[in-house]
Amino acid sequence: MNAPTDPAIVPTASGDAFAVRGDGVELAVQQWGCEHATTIVLVHGYPDSRHVWDAVATSLARRFHVVAYDVRGCGESGAPEHRDGYALGHLVADLAAVIDHVSPDRPVHLVGHDWGSIQSWDAVSDPRLDGRIASYTSISGLSLDHVGDRLRQNLRSMQPSKLMQTARQLQRSWYMGMFQLPGAAPGLWRLGLDRLWPQILERLEGGAVPVSASQRRDGVNGIELYRANVFRHLSRPQPRRVGTPVQMLVPTQDPFVTPMLLDVPAAWVDRLWRFDLDAGHWAPLSHPEWVATRIEAFVDYIDQGIAATRFERARVHGPRRRHGGKLVVVTGAGSGIGRETLLNFAEQGATVVAVDINGEAAERSAELARLLDATAFAFAVDVGDAAAMETLARRIEEDFGGADVVVNNAGIGMAGAFLDTTVEDWEKLLHVNLWGVIHGSRLFAAPMRERGHGVIVNVASGLAYTPTRSLPAYATSKAAVLMLSDCLRAELADTGVRVVSVCPGIVDTGITDAVRFVGTDEAEQQRRRERAKALYQRRNLKPQAVARAIVDAVENPRETVTVGAEAKTARLLSRVAPRALQRLARLDLA
Amino acid sequence: MSHVPSPAELDRFREVQRLAYRCAETVAAELEPGVTEREAAARMQAFFDAEGVDDCFHRPFAWFGDRTAFRGLIGVRQLGGFNPAFYPGLRRLQRGMPFILDCAPSVRGYTADIGYCGVIGENALLDRLMDDLLEYRELILAGVRARKPLAQISRDVDRLCARQGYEPRHKAYPFETLAHRVEVLEDDHKAEHLSVARFGLRNLGELIRAARNSREQGWSPIWNSGSRSEHAPTPGLWAVEPHLGFRHVGAKFEELLVVTDDDAYWLDDDVPHVRRWRQRGLWAAADTPSAIAGVAA
Repeated sequence: MNAPTDPAIVPTASGDAFAVRGDGVELAVQQWGCEHATTIVLVHGYPDSRHVWDAVATSLARRFHVVAYDVRGCGESGAPEHRDGYALGHLVADLAAVIDHVSPDRPVHLVGHDWGSIQSWDAVSDPRLDGRIASYTSISGLSLDHVGDRLRQNLRSMQPSKLMQTARQLQRSWYMGMFQLPGAAPGLWRLGLDRLWPQILERLEGGAVPVSASQRRDGVNGIELYRANVFRHLSRPQPRRVGTPVQMLVPTQDPFVTPMLLDVPAAWVDRLWRFDLDAGHWAPLSHPEWVATRIEAFVDYIDQGIAATRFERARVHGPRRRHGGKLVVVTGAGSGIGRETLLNFAEQGATVVAVDINGEAAERSAELARLLDATAFAFAVDVGDAAAMETLARRIEEDFGGADVVVNNAGIGMAGAFLDTTVEDWEKLLHVNLWGVIHGSRLFAAPMRERGHGVIVNVASGLAYTPTRSLPAYATSKAAVLMLSDCLRAELADTGVRVVSVCPGIVDTGITDAVRFVGTDEAEQQRRRERAKALYQRRNLKPQAVARAIVDAVENPRETVTVGAEAKTARLLSRVAPRALQRLARLDLA
Repeated sequence: MSHVPSPAELDRFREVQRLAYRCAETVAAELEPGVTEREAAARMQAFFDAEGVDDCFHRPFAWFGDRTAFRGLIGVRQLGGFNPAFYPGLRRLQRGMPFILDCAPSVRGYTADIGYCGVIGENALLDRLMDDLLEYRELILAGVRARKPLAQISRDVDRLCARQGYEPRHKAYPFETLAHRVEVLEDDHKAEHLSVARFGLRNLGELIRAARNSREQGWSPIWNSGSRSEHAPTPGLWAVEPHLGFRHVGAKFEELLVVTDDDAYWLDDDVPHVRRWRQRGLWAAADTPSAIAGVAA
């Protein structure tokens, strides 16, 4: 820092740390990186100090001018004398003073965590800071006014589901109630919670946490933030429109915030993006690299429009849906299980890509997905064609920013004795059922491994482990898919990429309309198709059931999923009584 | 048994069908947010009472919201599809929520059975379903003209549903009915007739009698995908009611199809859903002779 010319600046001992005169208190400010670069201001939460940002700031400082400060009452900053001094209005004034000091000419990019995020919501909707904040990244914190408005709406609606949501959130906010009790919370901090805190955080976040010298002060004074603001804003919420572009970084394991609250900003923010992370409440501590990368990408997007497709996808338009922002590619999406899977993901907000050899059918699926308010695309691709699949994978990577989930579902049916199955029959079947999965796995898993996340779902069949003389070729191809998936899962373990195999039983899809019965003439083939269709209809297991299982397997850590009682029973038999299954294989079902 | 009504009789059927549509359109235009299914059904009944309707195939039905797609209790198909959730309930209409009005008045022995869909405001999904119903109207007529077995036509309907990505929700009706017979009743000059469980006793009796007699004659008054419909189109009047469902939205049309010994045609092309297709420019293609020839071939 150069010699200060501004009378409000008081130099401090440390080279990068200095003080800024805030709204009646002195604030300890620290900066990293080159002052001429774009400025990013980081605001910490409770019960932390500016050091919660150390790792994130160091990472960002490679390209940016990074500034963090201790909020009033915390760390090395001064504290107001009365509780009223902790009202959000003063906190916003402090922030304004810091911004004016560190970047007098250019707007800054703002980042807030927890209470830092709460006060930053007020800052981005405060006319005093108009034009001073180029973007805002919010982590684990919402505007109290927005929340108050939602609570009020929920209570007024008298709908049981909404009251339940409210009750769940209040349950998670138990500590806020405790903070209102005179003496209790400050007492805990004074009694030694400050020394225990690093261990508690470590337990919660699963990583080493720096010990803060000001922990007791941060814990005790910060309680005033709750006492001065929470009740006031929740009970009498003010409307707060936000014109500043906002990205929410959402740790999905956050114990203090329920999904209900995460939908709240969409009603108030014109330009909103959202990225999820599998982490707890203190993401800046547990995942500093990820947080820094997302902040950097957002700054680049807002300032220069870089990675527009990625952000296009993460844009939040309405209430949040579970798979919002994800890209899901489904092969064989023109009918049956593929179409249902595509629609299920579309319904939950994902951008979907329908791939089918029948372009018209793929387009129809995409159209249905669009009717469910999803962004959808269709491609006519033969999954067994290496070159076509490579082109598809390249386009998904380059134009769509990569897939989060790939469902290799395309498959064809074939029935009839092994000795009647010709080489051409085998080639035709393996081309789709096996090569399709090989291409879909190899081409999409590689970029997923590079990114460190993604799910490959390979649709096999209950016949993958159920031998039968009636469908030897089909069962063989599906057994190969199951084995391929098992091997690939082992190879990709610890890379963040999951491989799921799905084994459905007798599902009533269009597959029976096209199944080839080898060694029969056309009339006989038609007769058998009708018979198979009737059997499948009687079983009445719907593609929807498989689609639900696939979505469930993507959401939860599952490896092999069986759908339908017959698939489950056969699975069990294959383990405990393989010889019995071998005997049953002799039955001719066709 | 199967009897093709005379031109004069067909005129009477057409009149009743137009009355039924007028009722649906009038009531639909006056539906406002907050009205219940029961109120809507009662308004239809009041309309008929004022118009001198003396009997019915069934008393008016109204379904709102996801009940148009026969979701939830209403979709329970056990008990042969006879399901109390079928009847108008206390669901209240909201803006953007699809609705179906279904009514079947009889006047002096002539019966119509119609279905009408709509929404207050807009619903893109409903629009799409209603657009796509056109293909069913053409497919069914072409199949009957080609003298295909009725069960096969019904399976073609199932396949079209699968291709378009819809569920055939008429399968949740009693006996998975795609269509059912409508007969001329005797005119007894009474101003009122009994109905039981909202079904007109005389029409129901006619259907049961037909069901009993038709067994020996090798046909069925209920047209579905089952083996009993495995017969050439039976001459007479059929109330055809394909009902499509996609997620939480359902749409149907229902109207009378005239089947003669060697041909078939819709009793009336001046019905609301056809007018809607015309307005949206979808009907034009179907009007050209080549398209008709193509469908019939």
